[in-house]
Amino acid sequence: MARSNKFGDGSVFILPAVLLLVLVLVAPLIWFFIQTLAGVGTAAELLTQAWSIITSRAVVTALATTNWISLLVTLLVLVISYPLAYYLANRQGLRFTLVLFCIIVPYFTSIIVRTYSWMVLIGRNGIINQALLSLGVITEPLTLLYTKTGVLIGMVYVLLPYMVLTLYATMKAIDPNLMRAARGLGANGFYSFTRIYFPLSVYGVVSGSLIVFIVAIGFFITPALMGGPSDVMIAMLIERSVEIMFDWSGAAIMSLFLLFVTLLLYGVYYRVTDVRRMMGA
Amino acid sequence: MSNGAPVRGLTVYVTVACLVLMLPIVIVIILAFGDQGYVKFPPTSLSLRWFAVFFGDSRWQHALWTSVLIAIIACVIATALGFFAAYAFVRSDIRAKKLLLSFMLLPIIIPNVITAIAMYFMAGRLGLVGNVFWIGLCHAVVALPIVLLILLSSLQGVDLNLERAALSLGCSRFGVFTKVVIPLAFPGILSSALFAFLASFDELIISLFLAGVRSETLPVRIWNSLHLQVEPVIAAVSAFLIGVTGVVLLLDAFMRQVRLARLASNSNDR
Repeated sequence: MARSNKFGDGSVFILPAVLLLVLVLVAPLIWFFIQTLAGVGTAAELLTQAWSIITSRAVVTALATTNWISLLVTLLVLVISYPLAYYLANRQGLRFTLVLFCIIVPYFTSIIVRTYSWMVLIGRNGIINQALLSLGVITEPLTLLYTKTGVLIGMVYVLLPYMVLTLYATMKAIDPNLMRAARGLGANGFYSFTRIYFPLSVYGVVSGSLIVFIVAIGFFITPALMGGPSDVMIAMLIERSVEIMFDWSGAAIMSLFLLFVTLLLYGVYYRVTDVRRMMGA
Repeated sequence: MSNGAPVRGLTVYVTVACLVLMLPIVIVIILAFGDQGYVKFPPTSLSLRWFAVFFGDSRWQHALWTSVLIAIIACVIATALGFFAAYAFVRSDIRAKKLLLSFMLLPIIIPNVITAIAMYFMAGRLGLVGNVFWIGLCHAVVALPIVLLILLSSLQGVDLNLERAALSLGCSRFGVFTKVVIPLAFPGILSSALFAFLASFDELIISLFLAGVRSETLPVRIWNSLHLQVEPVIAAVSAFLIGVTGVVLLLDAFMRQVRLARLASNSNDR
């Protein structure tokens, strides 16, 4: 190209952004890991300490909790989102805009605001308990806040839009004529859905579930505010080791483990999806 | 369609789901206009009392302006760098494009707690804890992927031939940017700047570590208050944050209209 002789092909323009990420993300991460882990001692001592931390009761419990909550949240989000995304993909005009509005507005509202609102809703003297008590549905207030149920409600609410938008992008690409053809050939609604529509949407199901699970295992704000003493997720344990116990090397070892798992899953995500479509962009 | 019942079922489901999705947002706004000293729903009377507390309290005001300042810094840096990076992605044959893009999306993938602690650690070594420029720079990292994703799609709509034409007519590379690319991509750039601002304005975890005592942002103050007690002024602050989100979404919707109108007029010209 004549252009490339004169001005280069434009790839240099990526450098400032790469530089920002290297200096303000990669460098702090490497510095943090190397400095804190080098402080532990020799490689053998480091491995011993890493092993004792990863197998300690607190970490094993937190990892199990993180895994269990993230799996449940992903499953719940998937089940709740699928019909919503289906509706979005098959409606136009005002209905489409209204439903999209109800998904987008919470999506772009601060996580701390969304979490606060659920705390007000499901607290012991919260709005839901007040309403149910005054209607006579229950006689004792329900204990939802500061339990695993509370964490699930909060996390499902925060992560739902990721899934809906991912599923919607996939479903929008499904040719509606395929369903019409199936029906024309005598397939009933259930059959054509399970044999044609669902298999075609599996791509969105997989990438949506992966992204929700990846974000869920690193979750901190919602479980920290809505969970009980036994609902400690790994990210909370990391924060506590720094903020309360000043245990930097412990935090570094747990962070390294979480980072490794996250990047591993991101690698799978990278394999199966187009990263440009992340978050339904 | 022959199967009316499933369709009706779906409509009912979607309606209920949308109500539940909007419930927390609506509740916060109603509570913010309540009059009680504790959280009660529905409020017995409406007032602007908690907004008066929010706007009258010097600590909340300090948090507000700290948030605004940090968000502006983050927005300017992320939008500028994100724009050039998106341009490079769209217009050049960088090798391993997909790999590079997935590297640049890492800030949304790496758990924020880890990012925040590493940035805090570095800030501690360099004496930057509580420094608003450092916090702005750290927020720019988190906002960069958002800018990139928006501008990638927006710049794909800018016709390469227009740039070629400008170049061949003697326009400089700089001129191509200021006279062709930026004006054509302007609605997208503005949208991405708005979302970058919002990402920083709403960010909690990084600010929580980096703020120190000097640079508490609004989300950090909400977090600190939530740990003590659920006071009604938080509802007013939350409603304010929802209002900011609303303004950003409205402006973005407007930008989209501009973009669509331009696309339509372009295709009419041909």
